[in-house]
Amino acid sequence: MIVAKRKPLGEIAEMLASYKKVTVIGCRSCVAICLAGGEKEVKMLVSALKIRNRKEGKRQDFEGLVVERQCEKEWVKEVEDKILGSDITLSMACSLGAQTIGDMYPKHLTFPGLNTGIFGVPEEQGVWSEKCVGCGDCIIHTTGGICPISRCAKSMLNGPCGGSADRKCEVNLEVECAWAAIYDRLKLQNRLDLIERITPAKDWSTSHSGGRRVFVREDAKLTQHQKKGKEVVL
Amino acid sequence: MTDRRPKIVGFCCEKHGADAAVLAARSGKHIDASVRLVQVPCTGRIDGIHLLSALEEGADAVFVLGCLEKNCYYDTGSIEGRKRVGYVKQVLAEAGIEKERVEMFNAASTNAWAFPEAAAKMVEVAKRLGPIGGGEK
Ligand code: SF4
Ligand code: SF4
Repeated sequence: MIVAKRKPLGEIAEMLASYKKVTVIGCRSCVAICLAGGEKEVKMLVSALKIRNRKEGKRQDFEGLVVERQCEKEWVKEVEDKILGSDITLSMACSLGAQTIGDMYPKHLTFPGLNTGIFGVPEEQGVWSEKCVGCGDCIIHTTGGICPISRCAKSMLNGPCGGSADRKCEVNLEVECAWAAIYDRLKLQNRLDLIERITPAKDWSTSHSGGRRVFVREDAKLTQHQKKGKEVVL
Repeated sequence: MTDRRPKIVGFCCEKHGADAAVLAARSGKHIDASVRLVQVPCTGRIDGIHLLSALEEGADAVFVLGCLEKNCYYDTGSIEGRKRVGYVKQVLAEAGIEKERVEMFNAASTNAWAFPEAAAKMVEVAKRLGPIGGGEK
């Protein structure tokens, strides 16, 4: 899932300082699970901003609400009047949510309340770790199911590097060397031959190097005729 | 402003915290009347929003009184309560509000002194800091 973190409250307050009516919108999907932008977090943020304003003798109207998935227009549409009825929207979803609102209402200001961080998994309660950077050409079937692109500090394809020691990464001794983990996993799977195999340079054209990537499923797309029909229904 | 009574809210778990408060009242211990007690099933049930809401609605200080850690009726409830209080302190600090306005206390139901002592500490904090923003909510 997408893991995000709330921006520091002072930074958020500063962003919103010159706007009177603020709508804060959270999202019930990934950012709720990672405790950054779900219903509780929206309520807490609104409450903290109100308390801060009271201390500073400042007046602003805040309304907090939450949608099912902020990266999908259908859900955002349901709160359109709240968005357009405010001077600014603070998105407590990942940046995809913030950008969805921004694209739908380009004249309206939508600012991010979260710092969108990683594609990660919950390791234990309260801990999320990065496991993929979306390179667009997955190779983990050759690396014991462990992603060296995201988990190795140097994204090495033929690791470990010379700095790997005591299972720790030389770049950050707090972090396990990804290639130590890959070695162990391949050993467990009786596939250690793979670690000796030279992996050629990766084709990075599928990664973020060429600007925005768009994934399409032609069979799922609506035809012009179908789109027209949908417009009528809507 | 000097004769203004501080507004304090104390969230007490029903297993030990609230019982300790009742015992204090029965034993004739002085309990400041400006302290409102909110009984909750367990301090682990308390969420940051409950504590912040109390401050938002006009409380000067808020405290949580739960079971002694390691003797919690629900085993780890008061540990959860302490963590929530810790997080609210962090949020308050980020918002530029004194984090002493929120505290966690622990007691056994037989500790008649616990509630009055916690309340007195928070009254002292509230008097020292005054209402948030200096005025009445
Ligand atoms: S190899 Fe690429 S797609 Fe696969 S997990 Fe790593 S970054 Fe993600
Ligand atoms: S020590 Fe391991 S994880 Fe760190 S850079 Fe080298 S190979 Fe990658």
